[in-house]
Amino acid sequence: MYPFKYHRPTSLEEAASLYNGSDDPVYLSGGMTLIPTMKQRLAAPADVIDLSGIESLTGISVKGDKLTIGAFTTHAAVMASADVRKHIPVLAYLAAQIGDAQVRNRGTIGGSVANSDPSADYPAAIVSLGTTIHCQNRSIDGTEFFKDLFETALEPGEIITSIEFSMPTRAAYRKFPNPASRYAVVGVLVADFGGSIRVGVTGAGPCACRASGMEKVLNDNLKPAAIDAVEVPDAGFNSDLHASAEYRAHLVKVMAKRAVAAMLEG
Amino acid sequence: MSNADTGIGASVKRREDLRFITGEGTYTDDLNQPGQTYAAFVRSPYARARIDAIDVSDALNVDGVIMILTGADMAADGLGDLPCGWMVKQKDGSDMVTAPHPPLATELVNYVGEPYALVIADSRHAARQGAEAVMTDFHELNPVVNLASAAQSEQIHAGIPDNRAYDWELGDKPATEAALAGAAHITRLDLINNRLIPNAMEPRAALGVYEKGTGDYTLYTTSQNPHLERLVLSAFVQVAPEHKLRVVAPDVGGGFGSKIFVYAEETAVIWAAAKVGRPVKWVADRSESFLADAHGRDHVTHVELGLDQSGRFVGLKVQTTANLGAYLSLFGSAVPTYLYGTLLAGQYRTPNIYVEVQGVYTNTSPVDAYRGAGRPEATYVLERVVETAARELGRDPADLRRMNMIQPGDFPYQTPVALVYDIGDYEASLDRALEAIDYQGFPARRIASKDQGKRRGIGFACYIEACGLAPSQLAIQLGAGVGLYESGEIRLNPTGNATVFTGSHSHGQGHETTFAQIVSDKLGIPFDDVEVVHGDTGRVEFGLGTYGSRSLAVGGSALMMAGDKIIAKGRRIAAHLMQASVDDVSFEDGKFLLAASNQSVTIQEVAFAAYVPTSYPEDLEPGLSEKAFYDPKNFTYPAGTHIAEVEIDEATGEVDLVALVAVDDFGEIINPMIVEGQVHGGLAQGVGQALLEHGIYDEQGQLVTGSLMDYCMPRADNLPDFIVDTTITPCTHNPLGAKGCGEAGAIGSTAAVMNAVTDALGVKDLSMPATSEKVWRILKGE
Amino acid sequence: MKVSLTVNGSKHKVDVPSNTLLVDILRDHLGLTGTHVGCDTSQCGACTVHLNGSSVKSCTILAGQAEGVHVTTIEGIGSVTDLHPMQAAFRDRHALQCGFCTPGMIMSAIDLVNTSKGLDNRAVREGLEGNICRCTGYHNIVAAVLQAAEVMQGSSDE
Repeated sequence: MYPFKYHRPTSLEEAASLYNGSDDPVYLSGGMTLIPTMKQRLAAPADVIDLSGIESLTGISVKGDKLTIGAFTTHAAVMASADVRKHIPVLAYLAAQIGDAQVRNRGTIGGSVANSDPSADYPAAIVSLGTTIHCQNRSIDGTEFFKDLFETALEPGEIITSIEFSMPTRAAYRKFPNPASRYAVVGVLVADFGGSIRVGVTGAGPCACRASGMEKVLNDNLKPAAIDAVEVPDAGFNSDLHASAEYRAHLVKVMAKRAVAAMLEG
Repeated sequence: MSNADTGIGASVKRREDLRFITGEGTYTDDLNQPGQTYAAFVRSPYARARIDAIDVSDALNVDGVIMILTGADMAADGLGDLPCGWMVKQKDGSDMVTAPHPPLATELVNYVGEPYALVIADSRHAARQGAEAVMTDFHELNPVVNLASAAQSEQIHAGIPDNRAYDWELGDKPATEAALAGAAHITRLDLINNRLIPNAMEPRAALGVYEKGTGDYTLYTTSQNPHLERLVLSAFVQVAPEHKLRVVAPDVGGGFGSKIFVYAEETAVIWAAAKVGRPVKWVADRSESFLADAHGRDHVTHVELGLDQSGRFVGLKVQTTANLGAYLSLFGSAVPTYLYGTLLAGQYRTPNIYVEVQGVYTNTSPVDAYRGAGRPEATYVLERVVETAARELGRDPADLRRMNMIQPGDFPYQTPVALVYDIGDYEASLDRALEAIDYQGFPARRIASKDQGKRRGIGFACYIEACGLAPSQLAIQLGAGVGLYESGEIRLNPTGNATVFTGSHSHGQGHETTFAQIVSDKLGIPFDDVEVVHGDTGRVEFGLGTYGSRSLAVGGSALMMAGDKIIAKGRRIAAHLMQASVDDVSFEDGKFLLAASNQSVTIQEVAFAAYVPTSYPEDLEPGLSEKAFYDPKNFTYPAGTHIAEVEIDEATGEVDLVALVAVDDFGEIINPMIVEGQVHGGLAQGVGQALLEHGIYDEQGQLVTGSLMDYCMPRADNLPDFIVDTTITPCTHNPLGAKGCGEAGAIGSTAAVMNAVTDALGVKDLSMPATSEKVWRILKGE
Repeated sequence: MKVSLTVNGSKHKVDVPSNTLLVDILRDHLGLTGTHVGCDTSQCGACTVHLNGSSVKSCTILAGQAEGVHVTTIEGIGSVTDLHPMQAAFRDRHALQCGFCTPGMIMSAIDLVNTSKGLDNRAVREGLEGNICRCTGYHNIVAAVLQAAEVMQGSSDE
């Protein structure tokens, strides 16, 4: 790892000011992606600004029909949260599919979402669960958040403070893991909001997105078999050692069918 | 504990575990020396390039950097090349062609990760910073990566046309071709044995210490065979004379073959320690391990099996191209030849066998022994083609094998490929395995799977291996550079307990327990009174180390011989103490007995008398310490049947290994618990090769699977519980009757799993590993 | 930078460069070499310790993040004469061979048992996803964890 200056601000203001004062700053949340990247010498930030000291970033709360998760909340905390399990069980299920136990004990929802790794699990939920990404000074609609490979709507220096989720009537997530890294080759989240179906896909393309074609057929016919009729073109899909774009396109349909089946089974 | 609980045949809990489970193990990286410096290697980013210039000026300015040494410095100091320890003779009788392998490259680099310089610094971090600051002008050359076309590609090494190290053969070609010509049926198969990366969990490491006052060198390193390491470093590389070099292999975190070889890194570290005048430490990152540890397997093979009308095998012809990597590693030449071709008879009476192997250089990491080393490759070829023949002929795969098996009455059995099997009962393990998997119930299980959108398949592998490397005369005759005996020494101490020294090395095998069981059993002294010492050339007699499932059969036998010598001398002492004739003294359960008078003395009393010889035979040396070198009379031949059952998800192509049975004949077993554990581990590696693992290079010779993010290691959730059992035919030619168990799991299981996958899919072949996408493409008819 | 942390119940203050990892603090500064480093991509789990009671990979935690934390390492859970039930079960079921992955495996397994109910073979296999063992084929590790779970969960009910 290259040398860097470590900072641990206790407020968002202090974090932003440290960020603005540095030539090459980076925010550190759980560090599950950043630290391995730095260890591999693929990243060499001058200043590492650890957000763990900002208390307002943690916690899970329910207000009306919204559930809000603080950005610094770990995957393990999401999995274990009684509120999440009660109101959006699919989110607890999804969190349990991320990485491994040790990663889930450190990795945070804000860090994962801000990173926009194309094969991360959370983004499938962000685009499909009626979410709002809250930052210091503004809020971003979850469907507008992911822009490209490791690119989001966040401006430099902006910090996700919390993520607000709508509560689906029912939902299910199915993931096909990369056998080596255990990231999602493809992950599909299907959610039913009182008869309106939303489908979020991660892993397939450069960043997570809604599958509007699937949503359309599922809104007409909420059955796994309905997905057979959907064309999933593989143009622009990721292709690597573990899955070609063509195979990913196929897996999107398989995982979607399985998610629908699981959702219908309850 | 009574000896019944701790002797031969008892599942004694391992004594080494206590330090490992409490974090008190001592691996090389746990050792530190006062004034220690750290080394980082500068490695080639190219698969093939000429080094035009190395500029170290920036690197020397990095804070903490002490010294930078290059291949030229090493050459200037007169250090020799890393040798290949096994000379293979070609078809025409000439020697194989060995490319020079300087520990640090000088003019040419030939694989990504090849070291050509090292930076010594005050800290690990500074060393690494320094290594990054070394500026090298490379002139890139076209790399040779593809094994199949390597012979037609640019020449990697001067004077080695066709990039061919050797063209080797074994068996009777005309007879085999005639047999195939007359066969009623020929099954043909083209197979690839995928490259594997060993990935012992402890990365390789070295800590070199040089004592200026005495000129003594001590190298602590992750080795499976410290004496061999010392021999190579002194006799070939000439770092230091053998008597001034001590090699210590402390706790070693797994080897699987990859820590047999003498590598550039420890060579450079021990050399650099003297140059710097301070201890030098290097520990590999996993990323370095991927590039710089010797890889395994990597064959392309065409096989033809001829059968007569009744299904008897009449001839087997095998043509293999073996990837040796950029240089011949220590045993790299022997693995695809003598450890491969000689095993192609398998468990069968095939009368005519011919094998030819082209050993080929490529611009990839050197390839050498990895768990099984040649024998998994042979088993893969044979058991895939036999299974395929059964399918082509509509025969039950178990029945076809059974009718061709060598029968108990056939032993000793001379195969057409040089080996003489001493004993075995192959049908016994086949029968036991069929029962364990519930072969009768398979058709019903297949239907049940189909109902759930899954395809079920079953696959067999009846393997044989040659272990207990090796009868020295035979090995040397076949090209080995050293004899392959083993040393064992038992020192009975004056107080009656024993310190036992073995030339074998334990890096997970549990020798400290098993060998104590043997000595305790042999001499009738309590298990807890036996301490086993290994892994230190400064303490242990010259030995050859641990690989090829040899430790028990060869190293254990040496201890049995040393025990015999202890007893023989003890009888003379005991006879004197009991005032009897030596011939009247017998030995049993730790007591020297005089039957006539019912007198006895314990071995502890005899040991005391040996060191405090107040009443002692006049013509006898004091002391009770004996040493033996055991040179095996033959290989040992473990064999068995592995059966795999898989379920394939038709929608995704995912292969789920639902059952794996291994029934093995290891001869006599000292510690059944440890043997089971060895089988489990081997099975996981065999399954890993079939379903998950693959070392892949791109066209430029970059290792694509260069980290655990991409190289798929088996994890707990990839595997089922294993069903393992043993049958026993004791080895006929060593005092323990033991054959060896370390590699068997990795030898049979790969073919069994692939036979099961191809059975489920109804295809002839599918390259390993059987990844979901490959399987999916077959399912959709590609 | 100066970091204060509690390791196995003892308070420590170390002065390390900011690019130091928790595992380096443990191994190089506190001499706790039972925690191992098996990879550089946070995959193998050999470096697993408990941080404030939960299993984490100590190779993926910066020195700064270790300020004020409570760490338990393999050396802190039991000793040769007083083994933790998980340690005892690993030995009893021959769940280790070379021993290199073992400390991390044991630390993960303890957290798994502490945070799970009704563990079965499959759940243990999935729960140990973050730890790679090259020696044992996991068969005996799974058996050991299930055995220890009975002891640990049995005793916690008392």
